Amino acid sequence: MRARVLVTPKAGILDPQGQAVERALPALGFTGVRNVHVGRLIELDVEDPGSLPEMCQRLLTNPLIEDYVVESVESPGRDPIGGSAGGAESPGGDSIGSSPGRTPGAVTLPSGVAEVPNPS
Amino acid sequence: MKFGVIRFPGSCDEVDAQLACQRVGEAVILWHGDRDLQGVDAVVVPGGFSYGDYLRVGAIARFAPVMEEVAEFAHAGGIVLGICNGFQVLCEAGLLPGALLPNTSLRFIFRQVELEVASADSPFTGTCSPGERLSIPVKHTTGRFYAPDEQLTQLEGNDQVLLRYAPGQNPNGSLRDIAGVCNEGRNVFGLMPHPEHAVDPLTGPTGGMPIFESIRAHVADHALVQ
Repeated sequence: MRARVLVTPKAGILDPQGQAVERALPALGFTGVRNVHVGRLIELDVEDPGSLPEMCQRLLTNPLIEDYVVESVESPGRDPIGGSAGGAESPGGDSIGSSPGRTPGAVTLPSGVAEVPNPS
Repeated sequence: MKFGVIRFPGSCDEVDAQLACQRVGEAVILWHGDRDLQGVDAVVVPGGFSYGDYLRVGAIARFAPVMEEVAEFAHAGGIVLGICNGFQVLCEAGLLPGALLPNTSLRFIFRQVELEVASADSPFTGTCSPGERLSIPVKHTTGRFYAPDEQLTQLEGNDQVLLRYAPGQNPNGSLRDIAGVCNEGRNVFGLMPHPEHAVDPLTGPTGGMPIFESIRAHVADHALVQ
């Protein structure tokens, strides 16, 4: 199975990277943006998905400072903007685990967002 | 006494650490892939960029074969000193509390800092007086000490904070100005500043010497007791 581990700084921990991005966005005219956090994405093919939570807690993340969400990825070549951040509700992405106490990503992008062409 | 200084792929301060140790005793380099601590009295986990700092600082190094021996040594009461990247490795290994996060400035910092001895009740600060100032350089990008609030209070209650940045000197945003902490057993100590770079009057202040002298004094006392 192809899995995707999304790692974010734990809530409440000062995230200077997120703050820097948050301060930069208004300079480009993007207002109304708050709570920006910069994390890390790890993708891996794994034979035993049941081992993913332990992998996350022992190596892929430091549970003291980071939260994580694990998702399955159906086909790795999917549209990156559509993404699988929608967790169980998004097409092709099933949330299969996360940090204790964390709600697996329930973000559903408005349908228009996925059609915005990538500016790069 | 005999020190063992670990060399990981990516270590860069192990030679300075060895030279600093040699001012108070013998010192050998221990290879990360070996499981033999060669009968040393104290282990130094040095600074650098072990395993390229991939994933997270210290995250891969903690699984090096030699670290299994270091953990066993530490659990048996052996003296372990982690400097900078070594501090990060010991935190990742669970031998020390807390974690190191990127500096609040997001910049690499390289400067001399003034430290205050917060506790002289340890094998690492035993020859110091509480409140004594030590001038030691820092050089790191990921040195902001973090632990949850209740754990910080517990660390302070147990007298586990051995060194703090002097008022106004905190270079990285470390919580409660913590520069170095020890474990509950007080035999494992990690700090972000580099005492091994502050031992030779030829190159500047020698604020790092008391750390190595304290370890020597502790090991000598311990040997007498036995």
